[in-house]
Amino acid sequence: MTYYKPLSLYVPEPSVRPGDKPDFSKFAIPKAGSVRRPEIDVSEEEIRDLAYGIIRVLNRDGEAVGPWAGVMDDETALKGLRYMMKTRAYDARMQKAQRQGKTSFYMQCLGEEAIAVAHQMALSPGDMNFPTYRQQGLLIAREHPLVEMMCQIYSNSGDVLGGRQMPVMYSSRDSGFFSISGNLGTQYVQAVGWAMASAIKGDTKIASAWIGDGATASNDFHSALLYASVYRPPVILNVVNNQWAISTFQGIATGQSVTFATRALGYGLNALRVDGNDFLAVYAVSKWAVERARRNFGPTFIEWVTYRVGAHSSSDDPSKYRPLDESSAWPMGDPIERLKNHLIVRGVWSDDRHVQLDAELHDEIRDAAKEAESHGTLGQGPAPSAKEMFEDVFKEMPPHLRRQRQQMGV
Amino acid sequence: MARMNMIEAIRDAMDVKLGQDDDVVVFGEDVGYFGGVFRCTDGLQRKYGKSRVFDTPINESGIVGVAVGMGAYGLRPIAEVQFADYVYPAYDQIVSEAARLRHRSHGQFTSPITIRMPCGGGIFGGQTHSQTPEALFTHVAGLKTVLPSNPYDAKGLLIASIEDDDPVIFFEPKRLYNGPFDGHHDRPVTPWSKHALGDVPEGHYVVPLGEAAIRREGSDVTVLAYGTMVFVAQAAAAETGIDAEIIDLRTLLPLDLDRIEASVKKTGRCLIVHEATFTSGYGAELSALVQETCFYHLEAPIERVTGWDTPYPHAQEWDYFPGPARVGAGLKRVMEA
Repeated sequence: MTYYKPLSLYVPEPSVRPGDKPDFSKFAIPKAGSVRRPEIDVSEEEIRDLAYGIIRVLNRDGEAVGPWAGVMDDETALKGLRYMMKTRAYDARMQKAQRQGKTSFYMQCLGEEAIAVAHQMALSPGDMNFPTYRQQGLLIAREHPLVEMMCQIYSNSGDVLGGRQMPVMYSSRDSGFFSISGNLGTQYVQAVGWAMASAIKGDTKIASAWIGDGATASNDFHSALLYASVYRPPVILNVVNNQWAISTFQGIATGQSVTFATRALGYGLNALRVDGNDFLAVYAVSKWAVERARRNFGPTFIEWVTYRVGAHSSSDDPSKYRPLDESSAWPMGDPIERLKNHLIVRGVWSDDRHVQLDAELHDEIRDAAKEAESHGTLGQGPAPSAKEMFEDVFKEMPPHLRRQRQQMGV
Repeated sequence: MARMNMIEAIRDAMDVKLGQDDDVVVFGEDVGYFGGVFRCTDGLQRKYGKSRVFDTPINESGIVGVAVGMGAYGLRPIAEVQFADYVYPAYDQIVSEAARLRHRSHGQFTSPITIRMPCGGGIFGGQTHSQTPEALFTHVAGLKTVLPSNPYDAKGLLIASIEDDDPVIFFEPKRLYNGPFDGHHDRPVTPWSKHALGDVPEGHYVVPLGEAAIRREGSDVTVLAYGTMVFVAQAAAAETGIDAEIIDLRTLLPLDLDRIEASVKKTGRCLIVHEATFTSGYGAELSALVQETCFYHLEAPIERVTGWDTPYPHAQEWDYFPGPARVGAGLKRVMEA
């Protein structure tokens, strides 16, 4: 009789935990400029290797190199720097407001600013993002009013969502920002549907879908890839791989040593993997994918490689599950520093101007926060009415809801 | 006026709306070239083209997920889920997304989508082709739930659902597709062509959501029914000789509580029937509402006759199904109490 050893279950573990030395030695980073730039009508089979590489433009000396360079003029780059710095200043202020008890919850995008900001700058008015909760840069790069964003964070009387949504779950049709659900993954396949609608109507608008590394494990991620591969609508499928899903490292989402970009290959989708902390790379690849979608060549799947420098949210403490200094060991640097250095190398920026801009933005954010707080903060001052609860459940309030509202006396 | 069965009436509703409104699209498993496993979309792809009527992968979460995205864009999608039993993978997209989008975005984005699904037993479909999970949807804030019992209503209610700016769950009792089945499974079913409710006007009309219909006027007891159970209740009333007032709810949410209240106050008795399981079924909600609005007019405890709290069985289908004998016994209990 054949003897079989008792089976045992394999559970992936990250290579380091709190107290260990951060270790990115196995993380292969191709040289800036080394990944080729295909034509936008390229077939999926011709670029499978791009799902394993990393497209990078900025080298260590702050120079833009290789086939993806040369896309961005000075003015656009300076604007991008400003939006990234504004996003960071906004985050710092709102994080502090949460700590001061002015709201219940906050989520920063510290270290990931380049992705949303540069991507938005590659899109056009009328296009629609289906974001997750760490893409506030999309709104800031669209110059969405800061006070309006802050009023949402404070759930105050100025909140355009009437206090119904948790902080950071923004929605703005006018700014091309679909309502954030908070249910991870659901928006990914909705973006595909929106893009299908654009194609059905013979429109030229495109959709951009967002998801984190952790939520690529969700059903709707796979539904989205499936529908995108079947109907080839004008959609960009973004994965922001910031290495951590709350406390869960990415081995739990992937199950094996593959890149997230390779997830798309089985669906026959064009996939690219990009340095998400390289503003020029994010912009150049976004432009490529946008043009591809708008010219009806179909979806592009993009893995943006980055690192979540901050905690998952104001309710999270990363020192409990990863080395404290892991973020400073992250080998791809800080997106703002990298763009700043590049612009100095370009000769259009300086340290002094950088400090000056930072102070300017700090004042702008402070003034906006003061104005937002004049409309109340969570639990303090003017607040959305209880009546808000009963409205917009349906377009017209049915009798049972009217009775309940009367019962509540509002 | 044309004679239609329920399949033809449902198809005609979609045909009318596809013709009137370029934003209407129809999709689901097998609905395109083939025209649907129950033929409800037969010919629509040929008539309106592949980009408006098309097949989808077997992925219900995706079917509803893309419908939500299309609705947000401004289309008016009609999504078919092949059997109500298959809707569960889409439940998150329906409950957390379609139902709440208007509320959570303060009206910036809406879900004017209709999700059609055949429901109910009687075709030896076992546990995966027989369920009517209406209570899972009536429990959700932001959804409307519709369940017609005949071709005339099916067409008018489906047009109203498609035109509604909120998400509508549209159940189609598959045992009624070809005729008013009354639960006597051993007898032939009268075709809709011989029934008054098989007279279906051509072109556009609506049966408004939220209005019940009285199918049989009576003075002894009020029976609250919907879908197949409307005809089962009619058979049970005829066979027991009890003068029942049978209300066909047609729309479960919003509910026509006024009509229910008026009838129960008149008869003083109430029997609630449905095919789905008993515990936490929609009958429990109806019973509570009748108690709250009519308590001092009630002469007997409210009775419920429903499917048993078991999975829908295959060989024992007719033991599970609340047929005329069980409904008749329920009528007698509520009369004798």
